[in-house]
Amino acid sequence: MTKETANPIMEVKDLFFTYPNAPEPTLKGNNLTIYENKITAMIGPSGCGKSTLLRAMNRIHDLYAGCKYEGEINLRNLKNNKMENTLNLKKENQLIGLRQKVGMIFQKPTPFPMSIYDNVAYGLRLKGIKSKSELDGRVEKALKEAAIWKEAKERLNDSAMGLSGGQQQRLCIARSVALKPEVLLFDEPTSALDPISTGAIEELISELKKDVTVVIVTHNMQQASRLSDYTTFMYLGDIIEFGDTEKIFLNPDEKLTEDYITGRFG
Amino acid sequence: MGGRLFKDFSLVAATLSLFLLVGIFAILFSYAQTSMHEFGFDFLVIDQWEADEDDEGGVFGGFIPIIGTLLSTLIAMVIATPLAMGIAIFLTEIAHDKIIKPFSIAIELLAAIPSIIYGMWGLFYFAPIVQSVFGGNGVGLLTAGIVLAIMIIPFMAAITRDSMNTAPDVLKESAYAMGATKFEVIKDVVMPYSKGGIIGSVILALGRALGETMAVAFLIGSVMSIPDKITDPTTSIPVLLANNFAEAQDLELSSMYYLALILFIVSFALITVAKLYFIGKKK
Amino acid sequence: MNRLLLNKIILTLSTISALVGIGFLFWILITLTYKGVSSIQLSTFTNDLVEGGIRNLLVGQFTMALLATVVAVPIGVMAGIYLREYGGEKRMTMVIRNLSDIMTSAPSIVIGVFVFAFLVEPFGTFNGWAGSVALAIMMLPIIIGTTDNMLALVPKELREAGIALGGSKHKIVLQIVLKAAKVGVTTGILLSFARIIGETAPLLFTSANNQFFTMDMSGQFPSLTVSIYNLATYPDEASRELAWAASFILTAIVLFINLVGRYVTRNKH
Repeated sequence: MTKETANPIMEVKDLFFTYPNAPEPTLKGNNLTIYENKITAMIGPSGCGKSTLLRAMNRIHDLYAGCKYEGEINLRNLKNNKMENTLNLKKENQLIGLRQKVGMIFQKPTPFPMSIYDNVAYGLRLKGIKSKSELDGRVEKALKEAAIWKEAKERLNDSAMGLSGGQQQRLCIARSVALKPEVLLFDEPTSALDPISTGAIEELISELKKDVTVVIVTHNMQQASRLSDYTTFMYLGDIIEFGDTEKIFLNPDEKLTEDYITGRFG
Repeated sequence: MGGRLFKDFSLVAATLSLFLLVGIFAILFSYAQTSMHEFGFDFLVIDQWEADEDDEGGVFGGFIPIIGTLLSTLIAMVIATPLAMGIAIFLTEIAHDKIIKPFSIAIELLAAIPSIIYGMWGLFYFAPIVQSVFGGNGVGLLTAGIVLAIMIIPFMAAITRDSMNTAPDVLKESAYAMGATKFEVIKDVVMPYSKGGIIGSVILALGRALGETMAVAFLIGSVMSIPDKITDPTTSIPVLLANNFAEAQDLELSSMYYLALILFIVSFALITVAKLYFIGKKK
Repeated sequence: MNRLLLNKIILTLSTISALVGIGFLFWILITLTYKGVSSIQLSTFTNDLVEGGIRNLLVGQFTMALLATVVAVPIGVMAGIYLREYGGEKRMTMVIRNLSDIMTSAPSIVIGVFVFAFLVEPFGTFNGWAGSVALAIMMLPIIIGTTDNMLALVPKELREAGIALGGSKHKIVLQIVLKAAKVGVTTGILLSFARIIGETAPLLFTSANNQFFTMDMSGQFPSLTVSIYNLATYPDEASRELAWAASFILTAIVLFINLVGRYVTRNKH
């Protein structure tokens, strides 16, 4: 798990981001590299911009008119290994393509008002997969990957709303995993869950990195140190420090990072 | 005023509306008795409304006004439902923040215009257009149905918009995050999430269209005949009541009460289903 | 790509339906203004219907609507207070609340028929009282609903604070809770007034109409809306012009009250 073997999949370069009608940018010239098949944690006090940066990575901000980007967010094209700037994507189908490659899991579980099966099949159907046998196979595989197959297999046609909070969140992960994304963004995925469900989700995320690159925003310092390979600390829209998780937590370069990690502010 | 008295008075006020409802039903029912004894349930299928020479009796059946009410309402619903959905989608998912407010006010003002104005406008401005496009003599089922649609659109759109607004942003975002288009998010997430409110709004609009009097009175033609074509004039329950109730006597008057009772029961049932079952009980 | 095309089509159609909706509003308002303004003369306001004006009609319509308001507001507000402040979770409270809500959508013509049966037929003549009562019945459930909803928005801490200071329940309700909900309730009253002032169906065979100026509510009573209905169907040009003038004035009044209602709420929240 050293940087030598790690391969960049996403690069944020001099990124400025401004919300509609905001007087100044929320992200102020961020630079960050995300490595393939690693887990990168983003930590920092509320309002530091970590969620904003995460939401820029799959352009979810674009749903709300008037957001402004400057700089680059490059994503490696797996076909030719070239970095391509995702901020140049303008057309709706390009954004759809981006979001299928860069999936997102939200703070609260967001099962759609349909059956468990249909939730997982949703993205696949959007991609145009109609064959029942292929859907069945991929739904089962995704549910297994998200470690919810055992609980769900007997009730695939039941409404997803009937699942517990933790199960719902795993279902949402299965739903994203089914699309075989390259990167999965987690926006505080366990903050609405109880400790046992949180443990299950954390275990799942560690498993996932075999197949997918993970970026996770978290308030929970232990979670960041347990899960991640790299950690980035943000403060007031700036990236203060980025490095191996161990280094950030044990021996940070910046005073500000140390103060935050040791709980002197937050 | 003492506390006890205040509370008792407020209780009386509250129960008054209950008595009103029961009172309306009881009065309509008892005044309709003569006609009910004479025609029974055949009233629904008798397609005649004629008094005898001596004005003492006659044959009065509700078929024509009932059919007229149903058909004009059907036309209105067919036109209004997609347009109202479109407006609600526009207001919740498409329109820019800055125009949502003025646009909503405009739609609500459209709903506030008294129905007699729709009738008046429809008669002088819309009926001639319908006549030149579809033939007929201007007034008739189609004209009444279209103007009725214009009347119920803002109402339906407003309730649909309110329930579509209850779909949480994060749910929509997670559908977008899977690569869904706006329409797919609306169809697969927003609409299923707010389905109760949407169906409720359609039923409420249906109830309103069935009972609408003035707009239809100007436009349906007010003749007691079964329409052959969509442009033919006919009549509806509220219109028949509006035009003939005041002069009717004895059996004819009782038959009018019978019609009013039918209208009241049907709209009451529709509104109850819409409000209690689909939109949700008030708490 | 098929999905994207479908998406475009649906979004375009939605935008078009929104424009169609607005289009109708402007179409109606513009024709109404054009026809109305060109038909209005000074005599429209100074003459009664019998001389080709609407003075008696305006006075009659407002008299009935105001009387209805005077009756419906105290009863409706009291009923709303009962439902929210005293009714609790009782089954009857729920029943009244929901039935009253259903009553707001009852067909107005049926209310006319109902009032005819007990206030016109027994006296043998159409009368202004009956018209007022019909309008009050239309207004009552709206007032109950608004009061109930607005009181529900008042935080319960406010009630608790009042109790903690040793206030009695009904004084707290009247002096604190109702006051806190004042703006919302007032808006509700304004909007429901705007609704009943434009009603025709409940008046057709209760007040009926009167060509002459009168304040005697025990006989046929002048109504602006009923007159519009009659005038519009007369073949002569003068009657139609008067109908347009009356329609324009009525709409202006209704929309004005609506906008005032909205303005009051907006300024407060």
